[in-house]
Amino acid sequence: MLAYLIRRLFAAAVMLLVIILVVFSIFFLVPKWAGVDVATSFVGKQADPAAVQAVREKLGLSDPIYSQVWEFFKGIFAGRTYAAGGDVTRCAAPCFGYSFRSEQAVWPVLTDRFPVTLGLALGAAVLWLVFGVAAGVLSALKRGSLWDRGAMVVALGGVSLPIYFTGLLSLAIFSYGLKWIDAQYVPIGQSFTGWIGGMILPWITLAFLYAAMYARITRATMLEILGEDYIRTARAKGLREQTVIGKHAMRSTMTPILTMLGMDLGALIGGAILTETTFSLPGLGQKVLDAIKNQDLPFILGVTLITSLAVLIANLVVDILYAVIDPRVRLT
Amino acid sequence: MTTQRTSGRRKQAMAAAAVVAALLTTAACGGGNSGDSKNGAAGFDAANNKVAQASAAKKGGTLKFGAAQDADSWDTTRGYYGFMWDFARYYSRQLVTDKTEPGKAGAQLTPDLATGLAKVSDGGKTYTYTLRDGVSWEDGKPITSKDVKYGIERVWAQDVLSGGPTYLKDVLDPDGKYQGPYKDTSADHLGLKAIDTPDDKTVVFHLPKANSDFEEMLSLVSASPVRQDMDTKSKYGLHPFSSGPYKFQSYNPGKDLTLVRNTNWKQASDPIRKAYPDQISIKFFSNANDLDQRLIAGDYDLDLNQTGMSPQGRTTALKEHKGNLDNPVSGYIRYAVFPQTVKPFDNIHCRNAVIYGADHVSLQTARGGPVAGGDIGTNMLPPSVAGGEGQKYDPFGLAGANKNGNVAKAKEELKACGQPNGFSTTIAVRNNKPVEVATAESLQASLKKIGVNAQIDQFDGSQTTGIIGSPANVQKKGYGIIIMGWGPDFPSVQGFGLPLWDSKYILPSGNNNYAMIKDTAIDGLFDQYVNSLDDSKKTEIATQINHKVMEGGYYLPFVFERFINWRSDRLSNVYTSDAYSGMYDFVNLGLKSTK
Amino acid sequence: MTEPSKIGAAVSEPVSDSPAPSSFLEVRDLKVHFPTDDGLVKSVDGLSFTLEKGKTLGIVGESGSGKSVTSLGIMGLHTAGQYGKRKAQISGEIWLNGTELLSADPEHVRKLRGREMAMIFQDPLSALHPYYTIGQQIVEAYRIHHDVDKKTARKRAIEMLDRVGIPQPDKRVDNYPHEFSGGMRQRAMIAMSLVNNPELLIADEPTTALDVTVQAQILDLIRDLQKEFGSAVIIITHDLGVVAELADDILVMYGGRCVERGPAEKVFYEPRHPYTWGLLGSMPRLDREQQERLIPVKGSPPSLINIPSGCAFNPRCPYADLPKDNVTRTVRPELTEVGSKHWAACHMTQEQRERIWTEEIAPKL
Repeated sequence: MLAYLIRRLFAAAVMLLVIILVVFSIFFLVPKWAGVDVATSFVGKQADPAAVQAVREKLGLSDPIYSQVWEFFKGIFAGRTYAAGGDVTRCAAPCFGYSFRSEQAVWPVLTDRFPVTLGLALGAAVLWLVFGVAAGVLSALKRGSLWDRGAMVVALGGVSLPIYFTGLLSLAIFSYGLKWIDAQYVPIGQSFTGWIGGMILPWITLAFLYAAMYARITRATMLEILGEDYIRTARAKGLREQTVIGKHAMRSTMTPILTMLGMDLGALIGGAILTETTFSLPGLGQKVLDAIKNQDLPFILGVTLITSLAVLIANLVVDILYAVIDPRVRLT
Repeated sequence: MTTQRTSGRRKQAMAAAAVVAALLTTAACGGGNSGDSKNGAAGFDAANNKVAQASAAKKGGTLKFGAAQDADSWDTTRGYYGFMWDFARYYSRQLVTDKTEPGKAGAQLTPDLATGLAKVSDGGKTYTYTLRDGVSWEDGKPITSKDVKYGIERVWAQDVLSGGPTYLKDVLDPDGKYQGPYKDTSADHLGLKAIDTPDDKTVVFHLPKANSDFEEMLSLVSASPVRQDMDTKSKYGLHPFSSGPYKFQSYNPGKDLTLVRNTNWKQASDPIRKAYPDQISIKFFSNANDLDQRLIAGDYDLDLNQTGMSPQGRTTALKEHKGNLDNPVSGYIRYAVFPQTVKPFDNIHCRNAVIYGADHVSLQTARGGPVAGGDIGTNMLPPSVAGGEGQKYDPFGLAGANKNGNVAKAKEELKACGQPNGFSTTIAVRNNKPVEVATAESLQASLKKIGVNAQIDQFDGSQTTGIIGSPANVQKKGYGIIIMGWGPDFPSVQGFGLPLWDSKYILPSGNNNYAMIKDTAIDGLFDQYVNSLDDSKKTEIATQINHKVMEGGYYLPFVFERFINWRSDRLSNVYTSDAYSGMYDFVNLGLKSTK
Repeated sequence: MTEPSKIGAAVSEPVSDSPAPSSFLEVRDLKVHFPTDDGLVKSVDGLSFTLEKGKTLGIVGESGSGKSVTSLGIMGLHTAGQYGKRKAQISGEIWLNGTELLSADPEHVRKLRGREMAMIFQDPLSALHPYYTIGQQIVEAYRIHHDVDKKTARKRAIEMLDRVGIPQPDKRVDNYPHEFSGGMRQRAMIAMSLVNNPELLIADEPTTALDVTVQAQILDLIRDLQKEFGSAVIIITHDLGVVAELADDILVMYGGRCVERGPAEKVFYEPRHPYTWGLLGSMPRLDREQQERLIPVKGSPPSLINIPSGCAFNPRCPYADLPKDNVTRTVRPELTEVGSKHWAACHMTQEQRERIWTEEIAPKL
């Protein structure tokens, strides 16, 4: 088990390095190939050529790519200092870049916004796991019943309806219409109940999409598992049906669900962008959309990195959990 | 079977969308019984060019802005968004500023930090101001002439403080001799020769060449004083040091901004600002529709961005809360422009053919119709700008006889152009502006009727300066028609049209003279304009420039833009001002109730 | 098409008129039918047999003959896992130790499962849960029927593993199924099924998934354990060779019915049904030299939805035309006694069958 862990950690570290290199190349080379001048878009409406050149130098854009990568890496551990035109800007370690558009270092903004996205993701994940898995199990056990058909129709809706649609619908009904919920974000430190109130619709919106997927996968997996020989063995032992389902069948059903959960949590940024935008939540998703609109490359780079990191960590956790659940994995 | 399923699902989706729309409208209906006539809303257009609820303003309370977009920068030197200039008057003062009056009067200058308007001498090349007594910074220290000079000098530091307008730099130092305060080697960093500060109260500007709009330029927030020891350079926008009645309490970019009273600001020193509320807050939304719903629900007082409500919110508001709405002219003109470098638009008759051939009513509809889109544009000078004539000047009959397009006349022009059977061209349009894409499609449809085959190219809207701002690229891509819009930086023909029409403003990159107009007559008129100190003469020249531009057939105007703007029941002393292109003048907004 | 009401009536029929038998296990007229979209699958269609303690019954037949369904029916597992599907219909009587199982409370039957009657399955790898250790699975089987703490149960598990011949049982008890070899897994499976000293053990193809060398060991183990525990054992197999070693009685199934039943030596040496002859002909034997003479039963097993009329075996039977009046294709043959405790269901006369066996079949075997 320990060897397995070490192996996984090492692989994750290597992966992270590769990701940083790739992401960096994408963000600094692609604009060059596409003929987009990052510096010009920084300067704005009355672009003064001298100012463009100055910005280019300040951002280090005229340096060769390898030195840009090196500066970036160095910045993560040692911080960076940008100096140009008599203006000195210090970006403290860990410096994941500095946005000259909003005059902020990327890292503090990310750490400021990350908890919002994390809260959104985890809250939604709890909801979709509980409801998705429960609905899936019930559907499997009552296959072909009205419940099963109904649940699967709702699930189809959840999978195919876009988030901004269900989000707007829930806002229109519960917030603007019935006025049950004042769906405005409140930091958790300010008021816990206010936070719950502001998050509940985003949670439901995001969870609806995923619960639907989880219900479908749970149902399919459960049906398959119920046909397994070891389930028959469990019954032959004289176990109660709830033990057979709840213990023996569930444990096997959880394996693919856990894999999915790891992937989904890590790659949630797509759903988070839409949900956070719809509900005006000040999280990473909203920030990255802002950054894209404003061509704020350092932030796009930062969010991409942190997202990759999240995917990586989620995968690592899944790998470990996987080994805990399925003893056969520990060998490989 | 697959197609059947798809259409079934689409039908479901459409039905559901209809449900949402219905809910959104009825939701507002159920909740908002804020009677339009009672103590609530002032009535439709009540604040458009006039003051609504003028006497109801009370001291105190929190004025709540909502916004879908943060400022480009809150640094007075760097901001370029109209709403930022409007809002910046809360925390910054200038030598002169626009009057706090509705409509046209709002575009007139009045002394602010200065005791009076400029004493102009030396044939319009010297401007002298004296500072008022008692003007002070947020820490109580007096504002001096050196602070004014330093604040203006910051415009020269474009390499650090990019983004804002550079008119002052262009007029005071056209050859770019000064390096800006950060590279200034003199001890006090006040090396700019064009500005003298003989004492702490006097500021003297020496223009190498007269410019009749110079005082307008001094009223821009980029001419605000900045105190050197408080200048955090590129980070200044995160917390500008206040010279106005409010100061920054907290600012989280993209999240929220709160201003509180600057206790060192003295009412007696400021003839302009009333400073009614105790606190001013901005909350940033990422969903414009959500913002509109919150405005309608009364959670916020007005939209900081002042760009009009989103289609959904607009529909609800017009139906249920018309009394909370104003429908001002924005100062923007939406238009198509024909680069002369792209054949066959080098020929005026081909340009005229497109102008005549277009269906102006359908273009107006594509922009949103008469209320949300605006009146059919008939010329290229906004009505809010001195010399603008509105629909009275309509050389092509765009709002009159030819409003649905004149195919016969267009064909005649095509013949004169040597293209009797029409031609093919490309319409360039920003992909991030759905309304502009709609107008491009409308134009494409009407041009087909005269045999002009236009293909639409949607380009990356965030790359506008690089794509259509490069004449070489425009020519390479064959963009015969470019869909754009333009508004005045300050309400004069120079503040609107100089970069668009003067041949000196044709740039290899960041070009705004998309039509590539090189007309010595127009250039000459602009020269006359900047040299003329007489207001009526200036107005006359502005009109002439507009006529020259229209006669050249360079532009097909779509609309003199209007938008639908929300004001809450709580607001008092609300009015739109030409100084801010039809936006509400923020600085003297008050609340009827401080609760 | 289907007749649920009739079958339902059969299920609910009071059993008072049929007194509790003296045998340890008695199955009377067992029918297990599965409704499907294509029709009613009559997996078991009127099966009766008895089994005494300490004795071994071998149920033999091709796949699809109904032998596995019979065993699941006895265990009460024929409907298990059929969530949402149309329920299997079962009728007849199953008497175990004086209790009729089909009419008994399902909860009562559940408590009998694993304690009174236990089962060994064909593929021990898939029949053991991959995520739990062997020990956990045996402990669970023990504790569901015995109110003991985990420690005691674990001791019992180790003891059972030891008994079935697993070396270092105190260590192997913490292994996962995938860490065991095939034979070891089946031993563990047997240990698990015997942990509660069941009186009835059903082994469904216990050696099919194993290597030939291991097969014999497992069969030996089952025989030894049966002697030791005194249980009744049902061995279900398609391989007559397996039952030859173990069984006291043999029951040959075809198309959901019993075609021949009797003491093992009778069925082996005086078989009285052509299908049994076929099975014997296809049985690989160590003493047979010329393997090419192995004679498989021609044709394929019957459809259980449309069982051939008359004798179910008639389409495959080389002697179907011997009886007069086409009777093999119209009348279903009943089991008739052909010797002491030896029964067979065939339209041919005793003489015909004796002659064919001794003259045509036996010499070739």
